Amino acid sequence: MSKENNHIEKKYFRSGISAAYFFLAPAMISIFVFFFIPVIAAFIISFTDFDIYSLGNYSNLRFIGLKNYSDLLGNELFWTSLRNTFYFVVAASPLSIAVSLGAALILNSKLVKLKAVFRLAYFIPVVTTLVAVAIVWRFIYHPRFGMLNYLLSFIGINPIDWLGDPFWAMPSIILMSIWKNFGYNMIIFIAGLQNIPEQLYEAAILEGANAWQQFKKITLPMLAPTTIFISIITMIGNFQLFAEPYVMTQGGPLNKTLSVVQYMYQEGFRWWNMGYSASIAFVLFIIIFAGTMLQLKIQKQTA
Amino acid sequence: MIKKIALYLFLSVTGLATLIPFIWMVSASLMYDGHASTYPPRFIPDEFTLYQFQSLFSRLNVARNLFNSLVLSILVTIISLFFNSMAGYAFAKYRFAGRDKLFSLLLSSMIIPAQVTMLPLFLMLKEMGFINTYMAIIIPGLANIFGIFLIRQYALSIPDSLIESARMDGATDFQIYKSIILPLCLPILITLAIFTFMGTWNDFLWPLIALTDNSMYTLPVALANLMGEHTKDPELMMAGSVITIIPILIVFFVLQKYYIKGIMLGGVKE
Repeated sequence: MSKENNHIEKKYFRSGISAAYFFLAPAMISIFVFFFIPVIAAFIISFTDFDIYSLGNYSNLRFIGLKNYSDLLGNELFWTSLRNTFYFVVAASPLSIAVSLGAALILNSKLVKLKAVFRLAYFIPVVTTLVAVAIVWRFIYHPRFGMLNYLLSFIGINPIDWLGDPFWAMPSIILMSIWKNFGYNMIIFIAGLQNIPEQLYEAAILEGANAWQQFKKITLPMLAPTTIFISIITMIGNFQLFAEPYVMTQGGPLNKTLSVVQYMYQEGFRWWNMGYSASIAFVLFIIIFAGTMLQLKIQKQTA
Repeated sequence: MIKKIALYLFLSVTGLATLIPFIWMVSASLMYDGHASTYPPRFIPDEFTLYQFQSLFSRLNVARNLFNSLVLSILVTIISLFFNSMAGYAFAKYRFAGRDKLFSLLLSSMIIPAQVTMLPLFLMLKEMGFINTYMAIIIPGLANIFGIFLIRQYALSIPDSLIESARMDGATDFQIYKSIILPLCLPILITLAIFTFMGTWNDFLWPLIALTDNSMYTLPVALANLMGEHTKDPELMMAGSVITIIPILIVFFVLQKYYIKGIMLGGVKE
């Protein structure tokens, strides 16, 4: 009897294993072939002089060691794109997180009814197509006919050439991207706020804590894991800035909005300097990786 | 009371400010050429017209781009839902050698930006003759690590006893997947379907690289391309933006409950 049982179990076990592989195979093969292999290939290509001649005939391909990377570090345009991208990340990420948190706090307040309506209004930009809204904003920023300059004229501000002025171009892109994205993090913050036990606030009120003290001593610490998650995904997303400048400024004026991804795109797919372009992609990856590790470390230290 | 009024006033003003770009977009799309380039800007068309939409469809053949976007978004959604749900189920409910290692390898590779893969992917698809075809968009979207993760987390909560008893009744592994796992996972499948559909619909950089011909472009690529020649035609461009945004808004409005829940899941689980 026990022998028979054993036999049955073994059979199930075996069928279970092969079934697991059957279920896994389509996804794992696609991810392996079309994600992991390209990552490794990109790493290898970044050490070659892959260009338009190699594209026609792979025998023109040569290994050139670290030359792409050293060229990159000596290239003025690369540093410009890196500076612009850091400007965008460092300014847009904290600002958009602050706006998201503010919106979440207000929508979570017990005083507000019709929460769903306002939440929807704030959220609509998130789901809409980035290219389409970037085009809309391009016209809103129009120096002569744009809505923004018109509205600002009521408070006595003279027309500004938002996207044509080297100083204002990046702030304009930052404003547009905050408008586009804050609703996403707002939803995550609302979920985080709803997870904070009500008793904590009740106890604080009994001890006479005011609203600001409650926010500082209860809300912020309780939201810390949510905040760190949000700041990591926001930072990763912002480092990949591309469509906004591509549509609104083409990287100009005077390369003031050229991003790393746009530089990579131009080198790789416009000039077909694919080896060089792959090295740009890897530098971006290293920066994103380092940024994520840094934030995780900060989280560990504060916790 | 005053506090309440101030709060509502603030919410209404900021809510309206958030929506102004869309209001203006719809309004300008219904204007004749040049009517959106006036000072002061018009919020409401002086004469309503569908002229811009007509020229998009008759002269600029945007119907083709709309068709590309629809077909690609639907195909990628269906195929990846199938692949991701099978893999997510396997990670949640089967024990096999290296499972946890494989899963954590997948999770940690989510930090690699997609841009890293684009050059070799382009070369591979070019060798296969897939550049400028639907396959160039479908192949990189076949499976998705975040999708596998979402479904695995959800499938973990399905009791083993359900699966065991179905197995006792002689159900095959695939029957269990089809008639127990898929129905029970329906909410998360809908969530993932919206994410994938919107992600594919809104995607820009990869279609810009992989599709090289106007007749193959998806709407965002066609729109960005159109912008190059029509920088002085806000009315036409706004009509193009309306066409690009409306389908995605419909999907969102119908299924917003699932979409919002998906964001919360991704955010809280981490």
